[in-house]
Amino acid sequence: MTPSAAHAFRHRHLLAIADLSAPDIEFLLARAEAAIAVSRQINKKKAVLQGRTQINLFFEASTRTQSSFELAGKRLGADVMNMSVGSSSVKKGETLIDTAMTLNAMQPDLLVVRHHAAGAVELLAQKVGCSVINAGDGAHEHPSQALLDALTIRRRKGRVGGLAVAICGDILNSRVARSNILLLNALGARVRVIAPSTLLPAGIERLGVEVFRNMDEGLAGVDVVMMLRLQRERMAGALVPSVREYFRYFGLDAARLARAKPDALVMHPGPMNRGVEIASEVADGPQSVIEEQVEMGVAVRMAVIEALIGEGRNPTDG
Amino acid sequence: MAERPIVIGGGHLVDPSQGIDGPASLLIEAGRVSAVHRGGDDPGRPDGAVCIDARGRHVLPGLIDARVHVGEPGAEHRETIASASRAAAAGGVTGFVMMPDTDPVIDDAALVDYVRRLARDSAVVNVYPSVAVTKGFGGEALTELGLLKEAGAVMATEGRRTLRNNLTLRRALTYARDFGLVVAMETHDPDLSAGGVMNEGLTATHLGLPGIPREAEVIPLERDLRLAALTGSAYHAAKLSTAASAAALKSARAESAAVTAGVSINHLSLNEIDVGRYRTFFRLSPPLRAEEDRQAMVAAVADGTIDIIVSSHDPQDVDTKRLPFAEAADGAIGLETLLAAALRLYHGGELSLSRLVECLSKRPAEIFGLPGGTLRAGAAADLVVADLDLPWVVSEADIVSRSKNTPFEGARFSGRVLQTMVAGSIVHSLE
Repeated sequence: MTPSAAHAFRHRHLLAIADLSAPDIEFLLARAEAAIAVSRQINKKKAVLQGRTQINLFFEASTRTQSSFELAGKRLGADVMNMSVGSSSVKKGETLIDTAMTLNAMQPDLLVVRHHAAGAVELLAQKVGCSVINAGDGAHEHPSQALLDALTIRRRKGRVGGLAVAICGDILNSRVARSNILLLNALGARVRVIAPSTLLPAGIERLGVEVFRNMDEGLAGVDVVMMLRLQRERMAGALVPSVREYFRYFGLDAARLARAKPDALVMHPGPMNRGVEIASEVADGPQSVIEEQVEMGVAVRMAVIEALIGEGRNPTDG
Repeated sequence: MAERPIVIGGGHLVDPSQGIDGPASLLIEAGRVSAVHRGGDDPGRPDGAVCIDARGRHVLPGLIDARVHVGEPGAEHRETIASASRAAAAGGVTGFVMMPDTDPVIDDAALVDYVRRLARDSAVVNVYPSVAVTKGFGGEALTELGLLKEAGAVMATEGRRTLRNNLTLRRALTYARDFGLVVAMETHDPDLSAGGVMNEGLTATHLGLPGIPREAEVIPLERDLRLAALTGSAYHAAKLSTAASAAALKSARAESAAVTAGVSINHLSLNEIDVGRYRTFFRLSPPLRAEEDRQAMVAAVADGTIDIIVSSHDPQDVDTKRLPFAEAADGAIGLETLLAAALRLYHGGELSLSRLVECLSKRPAEIFGLPGGTLRAGAAADLVVADLDLPWVVSEADIVSRSKNTPFEGARFSGRVLQTMVAGSIVHSLE
């Protein structure tokens, strides 16, 4: 057993990377490494969570994150139920807390929650008796995404510490960026953010990142390029004038990628806007690990779910 | 009872209207102060007088809170005029200006009359109605300011809103001037603050919450101040929160003497860090700013740039506060903790006691033409007896207000109201 695997994970919920220590992160990554093998077997089902109930409660539509959590729970043997906003009573004016209390009464062991408001998942976690995983809350955090990104980087590069990682695009509205900045800093990477100033939140330079407004300069010599999705609504909000202009200055194409190290990884949390933030030649190119991120996502989520509600876990811990 | 004379003897009287900050005794007859005896000399006791021993205590003119939201009419589950008045009495507030942000909006003489009758029949402190500047807060048609003033309105305001139309504001200011009505405004640029829920800065970035820049307050404030100078009207900037706002006010003063300003006790006591992890009771409008802004607000009160301190009492129920931060309503209750929170600034050496009393009592009475704010002979006996050192902890169970959304829950205060008197009658007494 590696030292990190011996570390006790004393958290009841996974709400934010900000709550985790470096040993916590190492522990989850080590467990995730082990979980990769499960998904690569012909029989992908373990029974460790047999009899446990996981409810995916998504107030915001998501295909990949929800299915990744669903698959992770099922591969561990849990019963998984999906509840999305369209089919719930949230649309009938029921508050978040009322919805949470209703689900709580059904005695689940785990709630996986995505909500459009920052802090909403934490608020819900305060009111329920089971473990809660934050699957994205507004522009706050998306911890499992940052963990799967770190796992992908570590498997490819052998380490995270010491690497130069550039996070590019809509930092302002991105929970993925916030979680990644925290996690990469915790593991000792050097983090850069690259974006037009309109897409950078106030005080970003004090989050332990180097800020670039010019993509060519920001990408120089980096080991990892993380692209973020640009929502098309940003054009209406006068944050960027047009897709054409955005791609010209902040899109990732082969020429621009050449600024990074020759073996730099290209990552994207998905879903991609091809031709907006990333060119297909790069998204589908040899340096892209975008599909691998999806695979690592299932492994990381299996690790997290098992760490929270697996054998030997008392739901009242910590 | 009220007919018997009352002597409040042996206390320390702080009454800036008479330049008193020292030992003094008061004689109260028929609900009014009939004599003030300075120094330690015995005021004498008329036959049958009731004596209140104030030795070791402070006696202050009753506080006048110029910005109080009440839920009546329309949201009585949050606060009624009666419940707000009891909360006021518990906090040493003997009179408050009630905001017109009710349902319906107070924009008609009949509604002013209705509020005054309700207050007369149910309130234990003085309640002064304020009225909307535009009908239904629509931002276009002026309310009947003359008739409203005659009906008893003491101030015109758009409540939580900012008047968007420059011309409407200019005309409102001009028209209100003829009737001697102060126009009090909060300034938030709705475009610059669109979507924002807390102060823009590192704390908001950490929390992933959209920020409200300081300029959202300062830009419309500067516009208002220019129009106030143009019209020469009595304009009151109701709730400042930034250092730049104080600077804007200072320079506007040079042009128009009729400009005054207020700040909420929250913006003198708290800052954005208090939001912690999405605590909605700290979601206010304007938002809690950085510590530098809080300090600038305290300095502006000290140097006279800001005239008055308000509670900005704004009762909200669980239906509007037990929500994700970005979806919750703004506002906090504050009547009961107004004096105690202000005393923190006194104990901390940030403001003198006499300056606090000026800002909490004398100046609001002067600006809005209200009775009170003084305990000189002949004035109504609206006063507070307080122990400035009595320690206490704010607990939800003790809150008198119908809503419990206080940002001071669990706060440790030194100094508490022992007795509150309105027109010579005790309306609150700490057991």
